[in-house]
Amino acid sequence: MADASYTTPAEEYDTQLGDYFALLKPRVMSLVVFTALVGLLAAPVPVHPVIAFSSILFVAIGAGASGALNMWWDADIDAVMRRTAKRPIPSGRVPAGEALSLGLALSGLSVMMLGLSANLLAAGLLAFTIFFYAVIYSMWLKRSTPQNIVIGGAAGAFPPVIGWVVATGSFSVEAWLMFALIFMWTPPHFWALALFMKSDYDDADVPMLTVTHGRRATRAHVLGYTLPLVLLAVGTGFTAIGGPLYLAAAVILNAMFLKGAFDIWRRDETQAEADAYRVEKKFFRLSLWYLFAHFGMILIEAMLRPFGMGGW
Amino acid sequence: MTFKPEHELHTRRKGRNIGVGLMLAGFVVLVLALTFTKVTNGDFELPKAEELTQ
Repeated sequence: MADASYTTPAEEYDTQLGDYFALLKPRVMSLVVFTALVGLLAAPVPVHPVIAFSSILFVAIGAGASGALNMWWDADIDAVMRRTAKRPIPSGRVPAGEALSLGLALSGLSVMMLGLSANLLAAGLLAFTIFFYAVIYSMWLKRSTPQNIVIGGAAGAFPPVIGWVVATGSFSVEAWLMFALIFMWTPPHFWALALFMKSDYDDADVPMLTVTHGRRATRAHVLGYTLPLVLLAVGTGFTAIGGPLYLAAAVILNAMFLKGAFDIWRRDETQAEADAYRVEKKFFRLSLWYLFAHFGMILIEAMLRPFGMGGW
Repeated sequence: MTFKPEHELHTRRKGRNIGVGLMLAGFVVLVLALTFTKVTNGDFELPKAEELTQ
């Protein structure tokens, strides 16, 4: 008798492990792992490899949990946007309730385990990051203000600070510089995406800058945010986490980034449509390398320091 | 005594169940490694006998 209740129609989809994994936004998770690891290794306090590995793993799980909560909340608009329509919930591969349960369970697990493996300050910061992304950004800002990307970017900027706090147990200027680097990088990165993912945000009624203030204003904002980012990124080269290698890379990358932002600002929609948003897409791709390279150089400077070569 | 044939559901979800099992086993190993590291690094030192009697 009981067997009958387990019988499911042949056409019903069985959620696979990979579907649950996709809920955790693995690409975002990889960026979180990388930046948190850089924060941890750039700190002037050595960490035992097992503690370092566990802590980064729990930060990654926490990031994944916030991704699952975001997908649960945003399932309605994800279904409308071409870029997100194939995500596990809108495509019907994972029931929304399961995504919520997974997000909440992993949030609790990751915060608790980070507190045990590292320290309570790091755990508290991870809890705040999850709350910031899932509640402040996803539930509140995303659908209410065109500044959603600017303020929400803070959630993605916390991982290197968490990594630093895992090692040192306290905050410092260097940790906040890494935070500022991601925080200032996020708006131009996402607005470039919004420029060429033309109808997505319109369709979903998400108040992206392109929708509320128009594309001309968005182009100006990309350049406007790139200018202080360039100053910050190059200026970081003269601090304790910078060094000659970082500075050399930063000068080249920021010159390219500034040129890209300037090119975006100079163009209008007719020109952009004529070449299928080539400049905007190129800028978006460059922005991915830009962040990776800056953190990569901070890591290299930190790795060279024990040999008397890194830093100033 | 004969065993019941495996239900179709278990066959269908075998991959998922093995995956969850492996993850749980990995978690246990990780907690064990963390415990060893914490104990051997002196993070959880027990109070000395004379401190307890004072």
